[in-house]
Amino acid sequence: MLRNVLKATVILVSWACAAIAQEAEDQVTTFSLDNGMEVVVIEDHRAPVVVHMVWYKAGSADEPAGSSGVAHFLEHLLFKGTKTLEPGELSRVVAENGGSDNAFTSYDYTAYYQRIASDRLELMMRMESDRMVNLQLDEGDIATERAVIIEERNQRTENDPSALFREQNSAALYMNHRYGVPVIGWRHEMEGLNLDQALAYYKRNYAPNNAVLVVAGDVEAEDVRQLADTYYGALPANPDLTDRARPQEPRQLAERRLVFEDPRVAQPYVMRSYLAPERNAGDQKDAAALVILSEILGGGQTSVLTRKLAFDQKLAVYAGAYYDAMSLDQSNFGLIVVPAPGVTLQQAEDAMDQVVAEFMVEGVDPAQLERIKFQIHAQQIYARDNVDGLARTYGSALTSGLTIQDVQDWPDVLAAVTANDIMEAARKVFDRKSSVTGWLRQPQEAAE
Amino acid sequence: MKYLLAFALTILSALPLRAEINIQEIETPAGFDVWLVEEHSIPFVALELRFKGGASLDLPGKRGATYLMTGLLEEGAGPYDARGFAEGAEAIAANFDYDTYDDSIAISAKFLTETSDQALALLRESLINPRFDDVDVDRVRQQVLTGLQGDAKDPDTIASNRFSALAYGDHPYATAYEGTIESVQALTREDLQAAHQGAMAKDRVYISAAGDITPDELARLVDALLADLPETGLPMPGHVDVAMPGGTIVVPFETPQSVALFGHEGIAIEDPDYFAAYVMNVVLGGGGFEARLMDEVREKRGLTYGVYSYLVSRDHAAIYAGRVASANDRIAEAIEVIRAEWAKMRDNGVSEDELRRAKTYLTGAYPLRFDGNNAIANILVGMQMQGFPADYVETRNDRVTAVTQDDVARVAKRLLKPEALTFVVVGQPEGLEATAN
Repeated sequence: MLRNVLKATVILVSWACAAIAQEAEDQVTTFSLDNGMEVVVIEDHRAPVVVHMVWYKAGSADEPAGSSGVAHFLEHLLFKGTKTLEPGELSRVVAENGGSDNAFTSYDYTAYYQRIASDRLELMMRMESDRMVNLQLDEGDIATERAVIIEERNQRTENDPSALFREQNSAALYMNHRYGVPVIGWRHEMEGLNLDQALAYYKRNYAPNNAVLVVAGDVEAEDVRQLADTYYGALPANPDLTDRARPQEPRQLAERRLVFEDPRVAQPYVMRSYLAPERNAGDQKDAAALVILSEILGGGQTSVLTRKLAFDQKLAVYAGAYYDAMSLDQSNFGLIVVPAPGVTLQQAEDAMDQVVAEFMVEGVDPAQLERIKFQIHAQQIYARDNVDGLARTYGSALTSGLTIQDVQDWPDVLAAVTANDIMEAARKVFDRKSSVTGWLRQPQEAAE
Repeated sequence: MKYLLAFALTILSALPLRAEINIQEIETPAGFDVWLVEEHSIPFVALELRFKGGASLDLPGKRGATYLMTGLLEEGAGPYDARGFAEGAEAIAANFDYDTYDDSIAISAKFLTETSDQALALLRESLINPRFDDVDVDRVRQQVLTGLQGDAKDPDTIASNRFSALAYGDHPYATAYEGTIESVQALTREDLQAAHQGAMAKDRVYISAAGDITPDELARLVDALLADLPETGLPMPGHVDVAMPGGTIVVPFETPQSVALFGHEGIAIEDPDYFAAYVMNVVLGGGGFEARLMDEVREKRGLTYGVYSYLVSRDHAAIYAGRVASANDRIAEAIEVIRAEWAKMRDNGVSEDELRRAKTYLTGAYPLRFDGNNAIANILVGMQMQGFPADYVETRNDRVTAVTQDDVARVAKRLLKPEALTFVVVGQPEGLEATAN
C-alpha cells in the first residue's frame, strides 16, 4: 500500500491449462497483407467496442544519434494533419463518434490507437492509413509542438527527482545501446529537433511493411481482413526498409556506481540494475526464468526481499525487484530497497546483497513457486476480461522481435520453468561487472 | 504519450448507458441489496463493495485513522498473520484491493469461480476480524509516514492540500485523508479498531458483482461475507459550502515546472442543471484535444503538456476545478489564458456546433464503458452509491441529448465565477502577481 515510491512492476503474462490456452488462441486470428503488414485480430463480442491499433517497429532506440526524442516528437506530430485531414481533425472525428484516441512511444515501438464503437472501424482505418504515408507538417507545427514535448519532459522528468535518477541509471547501464538514452529525449537535443529530422524518421520507419495492425473487440476476423486490405493493403511497401541493427553492448568489465542528489528527494533509496537477457523468438526460456525470479525475490508481500528486509529485519519500508522480459535487445533486471528510518543507504544495500546471497544458497521455496505458477495460470483467465490488454500484448511482442507463436507459447514456457532454471538464471544475471548501483538521496549538507 | 488522461472524472462520466446489459437486483436472505450482471464466458467473478463515509468519518484529532485502518485489513486477520493472509490469497490467485477515499472505502475482489468459497472466506476475515497487531501497525504506519514525507515534496500534493484547506474550512475534506505526520504517529490500536467499527457497517454498504456466478450463489456468499458486520456506524459529516477567495496563491517550491490547481464552488450531482454543466465542461476543459482550454493553452501556444477541468461532486460539497503545469517562466501566461476562457464561457456559453460535438461524444462513449466484468461491477456499485435506479442506463443518454444551448448558457452564468476562480501555484513562477501566500 505504499505510494510515491518507485513501483517495481512485473507483468505476469500467462500460463494456462490446455483448455484455457485453447480458448485464448481461438480468439486470435493472424494474417499478413500483400505489402507485408502484419495483422492480429482478437475477438471479444461482449461489448460493442473495438480497439484499433497500429504499431510501428520503430521507437526511440531506432533514432539516429544526436536527435534523441525525435520518435516521440513525431508521434505528437502525427496528430497535425495530412493532405486530406486538417490538424486535429482525426482526434475530433474520433471524439464526435464517442471514441477516444491516443498514442505512445517506447524504446522499441511507436503505437497509435482508437477505442470506439465497433461499427466505426472503417472510419478509423481510413484515417490511420492516411497518416501512415500522407503526413503534412510546417514550421509552425514544429515550434509549438516542440514546446509541448519540453513541457512533457518537465512534467514527467524534470519535476521528479526519481525520474531523473532512473534516467542517469539507464545511461550508465547501457554503455553503447540506445536504451541508455531516454525515450522523451535529452533536453538539449529536444530543443534542437527540427522538421527535417522528424520527416526523415517518418520516411524511414512509417510504412506498412514496418507496421503491425491489431484490432480487438466486437469484430469478425473476415471483416477486418477485407477492411485492412482496402485501406492498408493499398499502401506501397517501403523497399528501402533496413534491419533494426542497433549498436549492441560490448562486454562489460566494470561495475558502475552513482549517487544522485536532489533537494526534492523525500525518501532515499538504492537501486541495482543488471543487464539481463530478453525474450527472443523461439528462445524464451531464460527470460521466463527471470520473470519468475523477479516474482520470488520482489513480487509482493511474500517475496524474499520483502519478507526478510521489511518483515523480519525491519530495515526497509519497501523492497522489490523488476524485470521486463519484452525487449528487442538486452533488457535489465533490478532490485530496489527503500530503507527504514535510521537505516543508511549503505546498510540497505548491504542487507539487499546479503538477502540475495542467502537466496543463492537456500534456493527456491517450492511452495512459493507453486503459488506463483498458479497465479500465472489465473492471470491467463483474468487477462481475457481485458481485450485492450491482450491487444497490447500482441502489439508489443510483434514489435519487439517476437512472433505470434512466441506469444502463444509463452504460458507453456513459463509453466515449464523449474527451480533449477531459476537458480541458473540468477547465477548468470547477478554479475556485478554488468551492473549499476544507484543511490538517490538529498544533498548531504541538507540531509538530517 | 500524446496526452495524459484527465484524472478525477466524476462518477457520471463512468456511467454507461443503454448498453446491452441485464442488471439483476437481488435482495439476499440477510437483507443486503446486491446488483449483478451474470457473464459466464470467463470463469471468474469481480465483486465490488463500498462503505459510504470513508475518510470523512475520521474523528477529531484522528486524521488518517480510516486510511491506516484500511491499509491494515489485509495485514493480519483472524487466524492469519500478514504473510499468511498474502500466501492464502496467492495460493488461490485471488486479488483483493482495499482503498480509502474521501467519501468511501472501496474493496475490490477478483477470484476464480472454482475458488469462490475459499476466496470469500479469506476476504471475510479481513473485513470482520482484522487484527491490528502492533508489529503490523508499526510497519504499515511507517509506510504511510514515508508516503506523507513524499507528499511534502510533491508539487501536485502540495497544491492539492493548499487548495483543499482553502475550499473546505473545518470540514474533514480540508485535510488529506492520509493524515499528518503528527496525527498518524499518534494513532493507537484502539483508534484503528474504532475506525473499523465506525466505517464498515451494514447501514452503509453497497455491493455489486459481475461474472461467472448465479444470483442464488452470490446471495449465499454475500450473506456469509457480511452478516457479522455491525448494524450501524458513525454519523456522516455535514455539508460544507465552498467559498474560494479568488486570486492567485503562490506556494514557493524549487522545481522547474510550476503546477497550478484552480477552481471554485461546483454543482451538486442532484442539481437539475448538472447535465448542462457536465456538457459545458466537456467543451471548456474536459475530454481531450477538442476542449477549449487544451486548444488555447496547448495546441495554439504550446504552454503545457496538459490542462483539464472537472466537476467534483462529493457527498458533502461540490467544486469545479482544474489543473495545468507549465515551466516557471510560462505559467503566468497559461493562467491568463485560462482566466480569459473562464470569463468567455460565462459570457457567451457554447456554440451550436460545440454543443453537438460534446453530445455526440458523451452519448457515443457511454456503451463503450461496459467492456469487462471489472468495469461493469465498478459501474454498478457507483450507480448504487449515487442512488440511481438500475434503469438509469436506459435514460442517461436522453438526459445528455436534452441539454440545449440555453441550458448551457444559463448554467455557465450561474456556475462560472471568474472573481472566485482561485489558482494555487506551486513552483517558482515568474511574472505572476500573487494575491496571497
